[in-house]
Amino acid sequence: MLAYILRSLMQGLVVMIAVAFIAFSMFRFVGDPVVNMLGQEATLQDRAELTQRLGLNDPVPVQFARFIADAARGDFGISYRQGRKVSELILERLPATVELAVLSAVFAFVVGIAFGVYAAIRRDGWIANLVMSVSLIGVSLPTFLIGIGLIYIFAVELRWLPSFGRGDTVKIGWWSTGLLTVSGLKSLVLPVLTLGFLQLTLIMRLVRSEMLEVMRADFIRFARARGIPERRIEFRHALRNTMIPVITIAGLQLGGVIAFAIVTETVFQWPGLGALFVNAVQFVDVPVMSAYLLFVAFVFVLTSLLVDLVYVALDPRLRSGSAVPAK
Amino acid sequence: MKPRMFAVAAALIGVSALALGAAEARPLKWASAGDALTIDPHGQNEGLTTTVNQQMYEALTERDHAGKLHPLLASSWKVLPDDPTTWEFKLQEGVKFHDGSPFTADDVVFSYERAMQPTSDFKGYLTSVEKVSKVDDLTVRIKTKGPNPLLVNNTSAIRIMSKAWAEKNNATKAQDFKNKEENFAVRNANGTGPFILVSRESDVKTVMKRNDNYWAKAKVPLEITELTYVPIKQDATRIAALLSGEVDLVQDVPVQDIARLKSQPKVRVTTGPENRTIFFGMDVASKDLKGDNVEGKNPFADKRVRQAMNMALNRGAIQRVVMRGESIPTGVILPPFANGWTKELDAAPATDVAKAKALLAEAGYPNGFSVTLHCPNDRYINDEGICQAAVGMFGQIGVKVNLVSQSKSIHFNLIQKNPPETEFYLVGWGVPTFDSDYVFSYMYHTRTGSQGSWNATGYSDKDVDAQIQSLSKEIDIAKRDAAIAKIWAKVKDETIYLPIHHQTLSYGMNSTLDVPVDVQNQPKLKMVSFKGS
Repeated sequence: MLAYILRSLMQGLVVMIAVAFIAFSMFRFVGDPVVNMLGQEATLQDRAELTQRLGLNDPVPVQFARFIADAARGDFGISYRQGRKVSELILERLPATVELAVLSAVFAFVVGIAFGVYAAIRRDGWIANLVMSVSLIGVSLPTFLIGIGLIYIFAVELRWLPSFGRGDTVKIGWWSTGLLTVSGLKSLVLPVLTLGFLQLTLIMRLVRSEMLEVMRADFIRFARARGIPERRIEFRHALRNTMIPVITIAGLQLGGVIAFAIVTETVFQWPGLGALFVNAVQFVDVPVMSAYLLFVAFVFVLTSLLVDLVYVALDPRLRSGSAVPAK
Repeated sequence: MKPRMFAVAAALIGVSALALGAAEARPLKWASAGDALTIDPHGQNEGLTTTVNQQMYEALTERDHAGKLHPLLASSWKVLPDDPTTWEFKLQEGVKFHDGSPFTADDVVFSYERAMQPTSDFKGYLTSVEKVSKVDDLTVRIKTKGPNPLLVNNTSAIRIMSKAWAEKNNATKAQDFKNKEENFAVRNANGTGPFILVSRESDVKTVMKRNDNYWAKAKVPLEITELTYVPIKQDATRIAALLSGEVDLVQDVPVQDIARLKSQPKVRVTTGPENRTIFFGMDVASKDLKGDNVEGKNPFADKRVRQAMNMALNRGAIQRVVMRGESIPTGVILPPFANGWTKELDAAPATDVAKAKALLAEAGYPNGFSVTLHCPNDRYINDEGICQAAVGMFGQIGVKVNLVSQSKSIHFNLIQKNPPETEFYLVGWGVPTFDSDYVFSYMYHTRTGSQGSWNATGYSDKDVDAQIQSLSKEIDIAKRDAAIAKIWAKVKDETIYLPIHHQTLSYGMNSTLDVPVDVQNQPKLKMVSFKGS
């Protein structure tokens, strides 16, 4: 087991270096940071000097080697846009994204499973049909539109909830949380709904179809024949067997939610990593972009490793034998 | 006290009490798309950064919302009668920094020297300065390398910080990106301005409170008790925040939302010209263009072709359709409030497709030609839309334009590269010094190390260069103005650029406010007063 984890981590490291390199070689197509860093009065000499000072004249492999060497020491440089340490910026923004992503994932997971199970059991009921139709909207509408729509209804028309930002936050050590203030909680509602909606509909549809599949399996028929109550069959036997693929998908999605909360964060001016990245791209803030992409690669490596481990824990068949899922 | 005097005094007290009652003091939340990049006063010469900083930091002079120069930390100034290269500034008495320390000549000398350092983004305003020195606590002299009749125009850009504070916090150098350490002044402020920094979270909010000891509070309303700046990047969200009352003032209303906002009873929209003109530039010097279909010749090198294209532009249609009425069509790349602007210069040729075609035929292109146009898509108001409209208009005279629109970080790089990597491009230009010289030296002067850095047209005329250089030495204002008029007449006739319009700005606000559009798009919030609602 330990060997397996170590091997996954090694593979993860290779993935991260590869991601960093691809990202790095693409940065020069984003534009020239010097244009944004100097005011319009800057002379040609000023530009040449700054380019030289930032080391942007060096060939890409040299810049990359320097970046990796610094990154290995935990030094991601200083943001071109804000003149602050990149590591500090990322730590400052991390709580906002994590709180948003985790709450959305929990919301999507709990509500998605509940509706999915309901839609599978009462597959012909009108509520089930309504839920299924609404879920179609979730799958097909872009996140951007859902967010703007929610802002229009709940912030502009009803004025119940704020349209942007995180509200007041409380600092616990270096972690800033919006979960402990009223305005922080109110601010979370719309972004969580927006970000969680797509995941919710995916999980719900997956649970429903898996559950329908399982309900047709032989062991369910035998269980019915033994006279086990229907409720018990549904929740003990069927749901448990449904969960294995659902957890795999949901786990992988969590990585995606953390990494790609970009759209939701931009719509709601949520001060998280996604918004930091969007601003960095517009400014060609190379240190922030590289650190962010490395971070995203790390999140993906980590979540797929965790999913593998949960998978082993959930499926007894995988625990015997080689103890390593053949994936 | 005699009864009558008493009555007068009582009446006066009554009046002032009334005035106090009428003047409401309230917090104000204000938003626009981006955030200040830093609050180091010499770190970033960027519009919004300056807008936020100037609420806390002040310069020797300031421009009001119409662009007129007024004294601020300097009470008066003059060029020394016996030495045309030295300016003397008398400073305001009794000014205090936010930390309570007095403002003196030492702080001015220190701030100017800080702004002139290589890492400062404001050194461009002070290239003519040789030395800044203190005469006494309230007098400063600025010696320039040669006579500079317009030095005072540049002083409104150089904000003054406390020398003692900067030294104590190791912030004596302007923000430097090479250092791996953050500069203290990036997130802390100590100025003399009307608002005091309370907290700053970049990209989230900057909170300031009223400076109750503000030295000039008798001269300004200063009714905002707490000033909060929030960046809201997404247009729709920003407007929603204004409609829901979460913010009181939005500095950049998208043109498509203006009509809808104007119909809302609780929202006011103010509109006004910005200090920025939008225009096309083209390569007039190369022997052959790479992006055209004409071999061995550069069509833009022929003045008739440039005139034809100038005539093909239907500025009125761009204003009506692309800008929804919110722009001022023009024939010159100089905003109306800058020195040297005249009505005659501002006149653009009438759109005349037939005449333009005839001119093209005369120049040897009866069937037109094709060329590539580079355009930014995230810099000016509807920049990409302007280009798309222009492509159609040039098409009418047979000039087939292939449009490439991309982000500003890429676009401006094409223009600034040496040699430039674009032959036909859209750009906008503001004039922070409010004088034609600024346009001449960046846009028309031959590209050298320090001048013509935005002149990607290749236009180079020794006579014009010499005349431009003479402007910075001429002390006789009348003679200088005549020289400016002469240069404009020449370059306008040459049609090096195709002016489109002066950009207009719209501010959206809660109807209890009336904030006029600032020509530099840097609203001074100490001037805001609330009308009883």
